Amino acid sequence: MKIKLLLGLLFISQSLLVTAGELAYVTNEKDDNISVIDLEQQKVIKEIAVGQRPRGIIFNHDQSLAYICASDSDRIQILDLNTEEIVGELPSGEDPETIVLHPNGKIIYTSNEDDAILTVIDIATSVVIAQIDVGVEPEGLAVSPNGDLVVVTSETTNMVHWINTKTNKIIANTLVGARPRSAQFTRDNQFLWVSSEIGGAVVIIDVASKEIIKEFTFKIRGIHRDRIQPVGIELSRDGHYAFVALGPANHVAVINRKTMDIEKYLLVGRRVWQLALNEDQSQLLTTNGISGDVSIIDVNKMKVTKSIKVGRYPWGVAIKHSNK
Amino acid sequence: MLLSSFLTSISVFSVPLSIDITYLKLHKQHAPALSNIIETARDSGYQGARLAIEDSNTTGKFLQQHFALTSFEFTEQQNLLTRIKEEFSNGKAIFILDASLPVLKEINLWAQNKNILLFNISDFSNELRNSQCVNTILHTAPSNAMKSDALAQWLLYRRLSKVLLIRGEKPADIALAKSFKRSAKRYGLKVIAEKIWNFNTDLRRSAQQEIPLFTQTSKEYDVVYVADQTKDFAEYIPFNTYLPRPVVGSAGLEALSWHKVIEQWGAAQLQARFTKLTTRHMNEIDFTGYLAVRAVAQAVHKTNSASVKALTAYIKSADFKLAAYKGRKLSFRAWNGQLRMPMALIQPHGLVSQSPQAGILHPITELDTLGFDQQESHCNAN
Repeated sequence: MKIKLLLGLLFISQSLLVTAGELAYVTNEKDDNISVIDLEQQKVIKEIAVGQRPRGIIFNHDQSLAYICASDSDRIQILDLNTEEIVGELPSGEDPETIVLHPNGKIIYTSNEDDAILTVIDIATSVVIAQIDVGVEPEGLAVSPNGDLVVVTSETTNMVHWINTKTNKIIANTLVGARPRSAQFTRDNQFLWVSSEIGGAVVIIDVASKEIIKEFTFKIRGIHRDRIQPVGIELSRDGHYAFVALGPANHVAVINRKTMDIEKYLLVGRRVWQLALNEDQSQLLTTNGISGDVSIIDVNKMKVTKSIKVGRYPWGVAIKHSNK
Repeated sequence: MLLSSFLTSISVFSVPLSIDITYLKLHKQHAPALSNIIETARDSGYQGARLAIEDSNTTGKFLQQHFALTSFEFTEQQNLLTRIKEEFSNGKAIFILDASLPVLKEINLWAQNKNILLFNISDFSNELRNSQCVNTILHTAPSNAMKSDALAQWLLYRRLSKVLLIRGEKPADIALAKSFKRSAKRYGLKVIAEKIWNFNTDLRRSAQQEIPLFTQTSKEYDVVYVADQTKDFAEYIPFNTYLPRPVVGSAGLEALSWHKVIEQWGAAQLQARFTKLTTRHMNEIDFTGYLAVRAVAQAVHKTNSASVKALTAYIKSADFKLAAYKGRKLSFRAWNGQLRMPMALIQPHGLVSQSPQAGILHPITELDTLGFDQQESHCNAN
């Protein structure tokens, strides 16, 4: 009986390996699981149980493993994407929330929200290399594409902390608007985009001077400015667009990075949170916390084409390339 | 000239600042209550302020700013008044007041034209925000009017418009009932009857017999509002009413600035830090104590100044905004020094809703649909 079941599981996972198109992995904060969306069929094809309060999720370089912050289990779980089983964990410190991979693929950074710490983990040996004191409620994390810098935003300290990845020391702090959430480097390492949820703004910081050079504020007809709360940021690879999730305003702002104009606001689900572009950058996925769904935006048409019901309080999203 | 301005711009982030905050608590005499099972922690308020000091110092270490809290507790009103004057003459100028209305009024008189920053974290009375204005004091505690407006908006939303009002006999209960009647009028609710609780039986044994009789009315009601500040009898009303109807006010559904079940907007993290620090849950007074210290710290971070004059000006300005785990930025009302904030509507173990309710509109900010708006308040703090 048991063998049969195992064989069955093997068969299913093998068949998946062969035919899988692009898959989006969405962490459901209140369901302790991950919804897997097949982007071709545009539907949830399965749910995978993980630890308590899963939030941040990333893949390793060859996309064979996912690292998931199970915040209330106080650990980072390693999910084998082929067998869909938790195959191990990394020592994360308490309450890991967000997670980012160094471009060398060997180091993971995670923010420990309850302890105001950034933890640096060596993946191969599963050892914590350093813990760096940062501001209260560290949240947004980003590593510069050249691997020199890691930044972390702290929500209650209202700062971007700049850390040298070689020394693991803070080299500078930049004060930003209230409750900074996401940070994203541009591909040329020159600029950092940061959103401030309560400040209601997105800023561009010059990496060389660590100074704010541009601020965007948002205005949507019929929505009070206090409800416009920027959270997730996604920058398109071609340098053309920046997408900003506006939280309880239920819209995604589309910024043209060439003209620095806000071109459009797209209506998505309720309390839009994190964003992810697929491999060919034609689709943008949004996690919508309150409505418990994922909106899919067709980037070429700049239209919302579909919303897909997932679990309760979807938080993070990562998209696995097609292996067809 | 050029050199000197260059030097000042450097010094902006290099002069260490030290900020002392003084916490003054007057232990209030608790009236005897029918049930004495649920007690409020004696260190309510102080622990919230203590956590805020920790949080502010974490930020402060990157800016070379240090915050310290000194706490004094009193059982006699006069001792508190003497102490605040002493501390002020010793150079302290930022005070958190966990005291009663007469003390606040007296301090306000004394503080006129002084460079001093005062926060009221535990008095909810409407008169301090509307008639007996205290222009030197900022209120991080919400007013009773904010609470009753928050409930009335929800009742309107749920179309529970016929209200049976029950109140105790104490002045505080009368004030609560008055506040609710103002809100009811504002949001078009109808108080079909008002009953005064003056029984003196032991309700642990007889609530099941007494309350149905007490809540029997000639007209139908949709909901029962209880005004019982000290929770003398309020907790015995739910499930015992003559008509099976929800209970709001001092029992059942309560409007609170904070409660242990709030977890959205990063609140889960604040709750976790508080529980770790104190081994108990964060209550409403802890939260308003937290907000007072955070308001000071936010002003110090932003102005990079320890001057009480500069801090007060910034906190009272339109630029001030405080992130407070409520999904909205908070700021102080210029006319009466009240911190505007959303109110949580809580049943004992769950968050039911948050007011202002969707669809209640205001030309400036929906948060001003809770409590005394500029047009109706008789205060002008400037």
